[in-house]
Amino acid sequence: MTMSTSHYQRRTKDQLAARVAQDIFDGAVVNLGIGQPTLVANHLPAGREVILHSENGILGMGPAPAAGQEDYDLINAGKQPVTLLPGGAYFHHADSFAMMRGGHLDICVLGAFQVSATGDLANWSTGEEGAIPAVGGAMDLAIGAKQTWVMMDLLTKKGESKIVAQCTYPLTGIGCVKRVYSDLATLECTPAGLKLIDKVEGLAHAELEKLVGLPIAA
Amino acid sequence: MINKIAGSIADAMAGIPDGATVLIGGFGTAGIPNELIDGLIEQGAKELTVVNNNAGNGDTGLAALLKAGRVRKIICSFPRQADSYVFDELYRSGKLELELVPQGNLAERIRAAGAGVGAFFCPTGYGTQLAGERETRVIDGKPYVLEYPIRGDVALVKAEQGDRWGNLTYRKAARNFGPVMAMASERTIATVHEIVELGAMDPETIVTPGIFVSKIVKIDRVATQAGGFKKAA
Repeated sequence: MTMSTSHYQRRTKDQLAARVAQDIFDGAVVNLGIGQPTLVANHLPAGREVILHSENGILGMGPAPAAGQEDYDLINAGKQPVTLLPGGAYFHHADSFAMMRGGHLDICVLGAFQVSATGDLANWSTGEEGAIPAVGGAMDLAIGAKQTWVMMDLLTKKGESKIVAQCTYPLTGIGCVKRVYSDLATLECTPAGLKLIDKVEGLAHAELEKLVGLPIAA
Repeated sequence: MINKIAGSIADAMAGIPDGATVLIGGFGTAGIPNELIDGLIEQGAKELTVVNNNAGNGDTGLAALLKAGRVRKIICSFPRQADSYVFDELYRSGKLELELVPQGNLAERIRAAGAGVGAFFCPTGYGTQLAGERETRVIDGKPYVLEYPIRGDVALVKAEQGDRWGNLTYRKAARNFGPVMAMASERTIATVHEIVELGAMDPETIVTPGIFVSKIVKIDRVATQAGGFKKAA
């Protein structure tokens, strides 16, 4: 058999969301960040009961309402209309963030600009001159949940790795990311560096290391 | 007799001084007390410091207060939204000071003010730009940043039901910052959609006890509004 370098396919956004959902255990309380992580809710395996937390004061958040049933007093962190499942609860903002910082959330899934091999996260600012800064709940979530997972494409549009030795964008939190779920591989961030959990079929370990530019323990 | 029911929004807003710090409830458009913000515009106080999670949507409510040039400084966690063009323009032209605070710190700093806590150590933002030069401390092996309370001269809150003692309930996720802002201000003004007799509210479900409330005003119920949201990827 001849070795080839590119006989692999990236996970689609839905495949990636399904990959993340597969690791969310029955009974988990989970916060899904704005944007791509929101998709994970659509892929939770049947038979697993998961409670979704929304930073603006909701536990037991349900899916989007049917057209015409929107109630803008019931929105998610991205300000989109949602619903409440039976058993769900409302609470004020200080309680909502106490749930994060107090270590009561099992998992949060966030997007990222960069993650370091040891789990530093940069996801709130590109530090661009003149950009309007906005942080929202990202810093509280990143350091508060029992496990912080990042979901992102491994490479930028220019082909640079978003997993880096040291973040160059402004930090959201230090050493807070436990796992990175990407379109090419799932990696664990540890104090000793990256560790492989899985990768797409056909992508050789050496090739993945070359793309990331860092050693990855098998 | 205690009667916190104000006859009108103008009555409830009377005497708010220039330079006041105004805590305004709401997240996105849920729980934004638009009627009270309009009342504040009418009342005329200027050089205000406004505390809200966001920095206004479209041209109404908080955006209208900003547009009227009445705000000197805004303390918030997420000013940038799909339709925050009034804020964007003022910020870019240097006419508005911004203090950006992680959302949980914003809520907890407000709560601390209401609870009489002088300052607290919080892990959020440690090692980031937003921790600034503030004192840090390692407690039980974990690093924390010293955070100070945010006190309000006035809080403007949108609630659902109230009585003449000022007891309040809220509606769904429109509760958000209302309860902590009500605690943290010298004077708290709340709108409600319904005023009921004392004893009619179930004491087990009162969210903000009247001790934290100065005035309540009844407003008409209008349809809840969308605004400033991002589409999911």
